[in-house]
Amino acid sequence: MIGLTHYLVVSAILFTMGVLGIFVNRKNLIVILMAIELILLAVNLNLVAFSAYLQDLVGQIFAMFVLTVAAGEGAIGLAILVIYFRGRGTIAVDDVNRMKG
Amino acid sequence: MIQAIAFYLFAIVVLLSAACTISSRNPVHSVLWLILAFFNAAGLMVLVGAEFIAMLLVIVYVGAVAVLFLFVVMMLDIDFAELRAGFVRYFWIGLALSLALVCEIFIAIGAWSAGGIDFARRAAPIDAATPNIEAIGTLLYSRYLFLFELAGLVLLVAMIGAIVLTFRRRPDSRHQRVHDQISRRSKDAVRNVNAPVGKGVEL
Repeated sequence: MIGLTHYLVVSAILFTMGVLGIFVNRKNLIVILMAIELILLAVNLNLVAFSAYLQDLVGQIFAMFVLTVAAGEGAIGLAILVIYFRGRGTIAVDDVNRMKG
Repeated sequence: MIQAIAFYLFAIVVLLSAACTISSRNPVHSVLWLILAFFNAAGLMVLVGAEFIAMLLVIVYVGAVAVLFLFVVMMLDIDFAELRAGFVRYFWIGLALSLALVCEIFIAIGAWSAGGIDFARRAAPIDAATPNIEAIGTLLYSRYLFLFELAGLVLLVAMIGAIVLTFRRRPDSRHQRVHDQISRRSKDAVRNVNAPVGKGVEL
């Protein structure tokens, strides 16, 4: 079996790529949401790797709950994106502070 | 041996497709790279014996979330070239911060050791004889039943929230008013007239 450290390194790099994605696509809200999905994927990978390594099933159960929250977050985020675009005609995050309620 | 080859293949592809996801010029390509990343992450999970989570990842992410992203990208008419204006300017500072973060995580991994873990006190030990799906089902529908129902509630709230947020009433459209149609009775609409000959009827 592959060592735990391999999985930890892969998911650490994946997590960092998600963070980098938020930085470089500072204006594009859709890609920011995708980067958040990448971060949650890295977390899930960590949970599953630890679950397999420690031979404890609870990690996989918890990964399922993370998956649920990630799906809900994606749906709500995209819904907010759609109404934001409908109101302003752009999705540049810089202008979000003009929403004012 | 074959396990190591599969691991390195999946790991390299998942990292490359993640890099393409965040750097792709076209958001549709980003979504497609994201799908590839999820498929390969599912492969990584299969390698350690978590088949159910892997299949769930493919079904939920590729089947639902990625399609949602694709719909939104194609539905909105967005000038993506304008949104990439600051890409190069923020790339280097973002790269520096990310490198600092990844170095911190690597140091943490290097310093971590499983010394304090008591294997006899695991919450739900994996039994090699039981299939993964059966073990997860048994655990999920007994000890974690309320958490499982709470997860369903989270999804319900997300669904209602998305509908409420994106629903808009358009007063100028000629839509059907079903209640008015059903509640109309014949006595409101039909009138018996005993018409006298040669006088005509008042309508």
